[in-house]
Parts: sequence; structure tokens; C-alpha cells
Amino acid sequence: MSKTPEKQKGDPETTGHSWDGIEEFNNPLPRWWLWTLYATIFWAVAYTIAYPAWPMISKATAGVLGYSTRGEVAKDIAAVDARNAGINEQLASTPLTEISADPNLQTYAQNAGGAVFRTWCAQCHGSGAAGAKGYPNLLDDDWLWGGDIEAIHETISYGIRNETNPDARYSEMPAFGRDELLENAQIEQVVNYVMSLSGTPQDASLVAEGEVVFMDNCAACHAEDGTGDRLQGAPNLADAIWLYGGDYDALMETVNNARFGVMPEWQDRLSEAQIRAVTSYVHGLGGGEATPE
Amino acid sequence: MTNYFKLIVLGLITLFAMIAANYARDAAYMVHAIIIMLVAGGLFLWTLRNTDEPEPPAVLQTSYLDGVIRYGVIATALWGIVGFLVGTFIAFQLAYPALNFEWADGFANFGRLRPLHTSAVIFAFGGNALIATSFYVVQRTSAARLWGGNLAWFVFWGYQLFIVLAATGYLFGSTQSKEYAEPEWHVDLWLTVVWLAYLTVFMGTIIKRKEPHIYVANWFYLAFIITVAMLHVFNNLSIPVSIFGSKSVQVFSGVQDAMTQWWYGHNAVGFFLTAGFLGMMYYFVPKQAGRPVYSYKLSIIHFWALIFLYIWAGPHHLHYTALPDWAATLGMVFSIVLWMPSWGGMINGLMTLSGAWDKLRTDPVLRMLVLSLGFYGMSTFEGPMMSIRAVNSLSHYTDWTIGHVHSGALGWNGMITFGALYFLVPKLWNRERLYSLSLVSWHFWLATIGIVLYAASMWVTGIMEGLMWREVDANGFLVNAFADTVAAKFPMYVVRALGGVMFLSGALIMVYNLWMTVKRSPAVEATVAASHATPAE
Repeated sequence: MSKTPEKQKGDPETTGHSWDGIEEFNNPLPRWWLWTLYATIFWAVAYTIAYPAWPMISKATAGVLGYSTRGEVAKDIAAVDARNAGINEQLASTPLTEISADPNLQTYAQNAGGAVFRTWCAQCHGSGAAGAKGYPNLLDDDWLWGGDIEAIHETISYGIRNETNPDARYSEMPAFGRDELLENAQIEQVVNYVMSLSGTPQDASLVAEGEVVFMDNCAACHAEDGTGDRLQGAPNLADAIWLYGGDYDALMETVNNARFGVMPEWQDRLSEAQIRAVTSYVHGLGGGEATPE
Repeated sequence: MTNYFKLIVLGLITLFAMIAANYARDAAYMVHAIIIMLVAGGLFLWTLRNTDEPEPPAVLQTSYLDGVIRYGVIATALWGIVGFLVGTFIAFQLAYPALNFEWADGFANFGRLRPLHTSAVIFAFGGNALIATSFYVVQRTSAARLWGGNLAWFVFWGYQLFIVLAATGYLFGSTQSKEYAEPEWHVDLWLTVVWLAYLTVFMGTIIKRKEPHIYVANWFYLAFIITVAMLHVFNNLSIPVSIFGSKSVQVFSGVQDAMTQWWYGHNAVGFFLTAGFLGMMYYFVPKQAGRPVYSYKLSIIHFWALIFLYIWAGPHHLHYTALPDWAATLGMVFSIVLWMPSWGGMINGLMTLSGAWDKLRTDPVLRMLVLSLGFYGMSTFEGPMMSIRAVNSLSHYTDWTIGHVHSGALGWNGMITFGALYFLVPKLWNRERLYSLSLVSWHFWLATIGIVLYAASMWVTGIMEGLMWREVDANGFLVNAFADTVAAKFPMYVVRALGGVMFLSGALIMVYNLWMTVKRSPAVEATVAASHATPAE
């Protein structure tokens, strides 16, 4: 029925069975295969003697090398901590404004701060710190809560508008539309006025009325000229830099429903040296300001 | 009389499915209840229609049951295309996240499609290939018709129902979050029923065989069926929150759950994708080469070594986790010892060609089978290597793992299945030969280059991101943000997706070729074509 396998000269013996025409040679195990198998078995036994392996009644054998993965990690971390202990202490105790005076300390703070930033901050602010919609760009000199090194340190330590730290920076813009503090027409007017501060309004005819609305409702925080107030985290509206967008639709949304950006406190997760390092890193990104005398 | 009993059971199932659809607590469960209602209701009507009709003439019990295998071949090709297509699409989603369309969110975003892809290729494509070829091989090598009458048809259709339930479950968000074991409890229960039926058909056929000995391919198939049954039951032990909802709670928790999952997960690779497919290899390679198997001794030693060792290797998926070190060590050493037993299958396959190597020049189907063994050997070397703790600390969680899985899945499982399909279709449809051998060559090269692009790009990104993650400066600080490593992978993600396009195109060419074989190739003369169960020689 089925094709009989082609027998060739010099073929070894078969086992004598045939299944649907398939036969099997009676070849021995390849030597190299067998010896490699033996070698892996030998190695396996040796390895399980050296390392934690065989479960016994109350616990497993620990291995003659005393190895454990947790122990290895702890050793690595301890080694790095020990190497950096001195400079971390120096960083934590040097006044913030004097860090940059010590080139060694400054270099360390920049490197350590960069690592902290890429691990903890990059998720929102971007690995290049350029920010995204709702997450401030840290490369420019436009600061919501202050850009000198002490202000940055405070922001990072306590965070913004979080519920975990009572010292978190806090302010809240009213939702003028949702809470019916302003008429829709007034909101359109004030949005056009705000747009006119740094660019072109959508409807120039509303700007004059918008200014009146602005002075009555917004100037208390954003200042009469719209340049904002860092003590309250009120953004500068006259510099054409926007956190949530400066077009008509985005501004209508902001004035109607307000915004409420939150940043966690880092005091509870990072050491003081780490916070100071990342403070120094952010301050050095390009927009850092000198501390006022 | 049996028809009345069937009608009662089907009626009750339809009724319960209606009630379940009404009380369903989530969308996936409701969709499943409606599918079951329609299937059971349809079967009810069909049975009713056939009740008290004259009996069709009895089937010749000495001939092979090949109808179900023909359906299995079609299902394998169809699900293969579905699985490759979804895989290619999600590869593009990773390169271009905008393809996670907002309007399709919750159905066709990466998170929903990824298990659809893995289950479609492993269980729908691979599973159908295994069921179809095992039914073919066990009949031929036992010289016996499949045991159990129409039970084989129940296995086939029941398995398709499982696939549809699993796939719709994923799209509607029903998952127990266990990789390769995502379907929820009600779907698991159904698969258990189907799988036990499969075991019964296969065992029954072996028991009534006319050959004195059980052929090696059947050892592998049987090991695969039994072990998968055990793995499936234990890893899916869970308590449903409600009889009318798909959510369930796992019986194991914490690291015990993780260990059970990877005991299952690794042996899904070991017994589903390795042992089962070695069963295919042991039939189709000697058949296509027309040569005896290289060594009976090797086959028996490597079979038992493989079966014994694979089951312990799971912990290597949990290096550097909450799993205790001793368990991880054992998983690692068993994986290393597993290297030679795995290679036993490759050696036996490749050496079967000794004396027939010249056929590689003229037979693209044989070339495919040989290439599959090459990829099998490569990934069964790569696997033990990656299980070594020090290597794993670099490779774990990187794309290297994905590259490893795909060189095995595309190269080994994919290619050997394609070879088996090219072998089976002319035989099952009584055709003299395939429609076009040059199209087989096209398929071979497209698939091969596709796999190489896939595996190579994943090695590059995997090792690159592993090194980037661990890169520290002189003070011990991390150099890269995680997002930097993601951004750096972009070009290789595009290359990977293009590899997927090539592999998919090859499979489409295969489907066309097989279709034309059935439609156009000249038929074999009737006398030769009749498939009888032949007794032992």
C-alpha cells in the first residue's frame, strides 16, 4: 500500500517493525549526545550542592557557597550606599545655594539627580523634562511656583495639591462655568481677552468686555496685567506658554471647569540627599533662577 | 431512542443558556450564553429533523475516519491565518501606538488582542494541527479506525466551540489573567470535557490497534494529551463568583499561584508545542524523506528523558521573584539537563535524512520539515541557556524572550505544521500531487526570511534594552529612563512587524496552494485511493 522506504547499500539493521511503511534503524545513541547528557547531569548535581536547591522537611538545602539572590542584591546596594555615604551626607547638609560652589558636589548632584529624575519624574515630565499637556516643561524659565533652588526643593519635597502632605503647595481656581459664577457670554469674553494678552483673540470684538470680567474675577490671582502670582501658583497668562493649551477650546474648558494638577510629595519616598540631587538637576536644566537675596 | 435522549439534553442546555443569558452579570458571559444557546438550539433542530428518518447506510468500519481530519486541516489553515494576522497587527500596534484606535478601545486595543493572538496561534492553529495530525497518524500507524464512532467529530466541533468562546471572551474582557490560560472557569470546564473525549478517542484507537507495537509518534501524542489534561485542570482550579458570571477567584494565591501558572505555562510549551509536535515530526519526516527513523534507541531514551525533565523546568520563569531560590535553582538545572533530551528529537529527525539529503534540492516540503528541526534545535538550546540565572537576569522581561518564543513557534511549530499540511492535503483529498511546488518554495523563503527578521530584531532589542536597564554610571546611578529604552526599540519593532507580514504572506500563499490542490490537481485513481486499515506486515 504505502511506499516502502528505499533501502540503500550500507544501511544498518532495522528493529523489524513497520508502521504505515515507516521502519526504525537499530542505531546506537550518538556518543557525543550521551556524553553531553552525562555532563549536564554531573553539572546539575554539582550545582545543586553549591547553591540552594533540595527541599528538605523544614527548609531547603542552602548550598555550600551560601548564595542567595536577595543577599546578592543587598550586598550590591550596600556597596553603592557605602561608597556614596560620605558625599550623600555632605549633600544633605550643604545649604542648597552653595551646592553649585563645590564642583565635586555639583557633579555628583547632577548625576544622582538625573538618575532620580529618570526613575521617578520622567513618567509625567518626560525623560527629557520637556513635559506634556498638564505636566509642566522644566526646561524653560516659566515657573508656576518659583524657579529658584529653594522653591524647587519645596515643591519636590511636599508636592502640589496632593492629599498626603499638609505642606503641599495648594491653590484652586474656581470652575467659573460649572459652578455658575459667570455667564457663558462672560466666559467667552474673558477667554478672548486672555487670548489677546499673548496673541490673537478669536473674536476681537469681545476683548474690551472681557477685560472688565478679567479685572473683576481673575486679576486677584493672575494679577492685573495677567502675569500671574507664583505665591498662589497662578500661571502667567501673558507669556504664550500654556500648560493645558492656549487655543479657544482649551481656554473655554479651563475657565468653565478649572484645572487641578497634582504632584505627589517625594519626602516619603526619597532620601533628603536624593531630593536635593534632583532639585539641583531640575534647577540646572536651563530655567533655574538665582535665589533672591 | 438515543435521539430522544439527545433531544432532552440539548433542550435543557438551550433552556439553561437562555436563562444564563438573561441573568448574565457581564458582557462576555452573556455573549457566551447566547453562543451556547444558538449552538445547542441548532443541534436540537438538526437532531429533531433526523429523528425517525431512515438510517443512513453503515460506514465501512475497516476504513479510516478521514472526514474529521479534512475538517481539521481546514480549521488549522483558517485559524493559522487569523492568528498570524492578529499577531502582525499587534506588532504594528507596538511600533505605532496610534493603531490602538480610540473607537475600538476595549475591544481591539493591544491588551485585548494580545491573548487573542497567542491563543489563536497556540491553541487554535497548533491545537487543530495536533488533533488533526494525531487522528491521521494514530489510524495509519495502528492500522485501525478511530475508536468511538462520532466521538472524534465531537472532539473537533467541541474544540472549535472552545476556541470561539475563548476568543470572544478576550474581546469582551473576560480573563483570569494567567498567560496562555486566560479563559474563565466556564470555558475551562468545557475544554476539560472536550479534552477527555479526545483522550478517550486516542487511547481507544491505540488499544484496538492491529500493530503489535505502539509507534513512537503515538507515545509523544499520548504524553501530550495526558499531560495537558493534568496541567489544564490544576492551573484552572478556581471558584466562580457567580454561576451567571464569568469572574472567578483562583484557589492558589501569591507565589504558589505564580508557580502553578508557570508549571502550566512552561509545560504548555513542553507538552503542547514540543511533545505533541515531536509526534508530528516522527511521522511526517520519515514519510516525506522515505527513509527509516534514524535510531529507535534514541527515540525511546529521549522520549522518557524529555517527559521526566520538562515537568520540573517551570520555575525558571520566576528567577529573581518572590519564588524561593531553591525552587529557582531546581527549575534551572532541570532546564539545562533537558537540553540533550530535546536535541534527541532533532538528531533523530535530521539523521533520518541521511541517505536522502539530495531530496532537499527537489522537495520544498521536506526542506520545510528540515528547517523546522533546525529552529527546534536552536530554540531548545536557547531556552536552557536563558534559564541560567545570570543570563536570565539580562534576558528576563526583555524582547529576547519574545524572540525566543517566536523562533520556536514560527520556526518549529509553524514550519512543521505547514509541512504536514502540504503532506496531508493531497492524501486526504485523493490528489496525485500538490498544485504547485514553486509556490511551496515561495512560502518557504517568505516564512524563513520573516522568521529571521523577527528573531534577529528581537535579539537586538532584547539585549539592548536589558543592557540599557542595567546601565549605571560610576556612582551607581541608572543612566536610562524606561521610556528611553522603549523609544530606542522603535526601528526594531518595525522590522519585527515586517517579518510578521512576510510570514503571513507565506501562509496566505499556502492556503491558495492547498485550495488549488483540492480544486485543480488531478485525482488519484479510485482503486489506489481507497484508504483501508492495513494489518501489520
